[in-house]
Amino acid sequence: METVTLSKSDLEALVDRMVTERVNERLRGVEETLADLRGKVQNGGGNVPEDRATLVVFSGEMDTLFAACTIASGAAAMGMEVSMFFTFWGLNALRVKKTFAGKTVGAKMVAAMLPSGPASVPTSRMNMAGIGPIFFKHLMQQRNVQSLPEMVKLVQELGVRLVACEMSLGVMGITRDELLPGIDYGGVATYLADAAKSKITLFI
Amino acid sequence: MSQTELDCRGLSCPMPIVKISRAVKELGVGDELRVLASDPSFRADLEAWVTKMGHALKSFESAAGQQAAVICKQV
Repeated sequence: METVTLSKSDLEALVDRMVTERVNERLRGVEETLADLRGKVQNGGGNVPEDRATLVVFSGEMDTLFAACTIASGAAAMGMEVSMFFTFWGLNALRVKKTFAGKTVGAKMVAAMLPSGPASVPTSRMNMAGIGPIFFKHLMQQRNVQSLPEMVKLVQELGVRLVACEMSLGVMGITRDELLPGIDYGGVATYLADAAKSKITLFI
Repeated sequence: MSQTELDCRGLSCPMPIVKISRAVKELGVGDELRVLASDPSFRADLEAWVTKMGHALKSFESAAGQQAAVICKQV
């Protein structure tokens, strides 16, 4: 073994260098972990909900659909990502026309019984064979409240994602050309993927 | 720092908030938006909106149901 003689200042410099190297090594590890964690937190880490609201629109009445559209527009106006999943009676909101041609007898019967669109849906209470909606529409107009068709148009304008449930479409014999153009179509997993990362989830 | 005016008088929830969010999107940071409204729920909704969106509510006046608010865009 060789013996090396170092001056005091050389020794101090050597120790300094060795300590700095060791500390930097340790720091590098810590910094990498920190960057990784920062990235995870920013991207939701898989567990932190996003600034997102997801609504299942199951009901098809004027009042319930109006509430759904108001909440969706409000959420969009507050900077949230919003999706609305329309299923069963909720599909009434997306309907633009009614067709009978090419449908089975059962589907024709359902088509005859369903409203032709958001302008002709019943109210959930006080429908009174159709008088209720006329009455409420008049009250809404008096107070300058948007009509339901206007609210459906508004949610589209605000970039809310509209998804129609394929399964209930099939059951009720409603075809894609009877619904608003440009909407998405999906199943339960489509809804759940959005709902799982949302701060707000609602079933209307 | 400019000030734009937005008239929401006669509009009901959710329209004032929808219009405000659209108008503020067009502004630059530091610009102001003066909003006129008559909806009774306007104040509560506006305060909730500015808090969520990170903007400042500089003033709020109300007289006989007619309200005027000034929002300053912060982000």
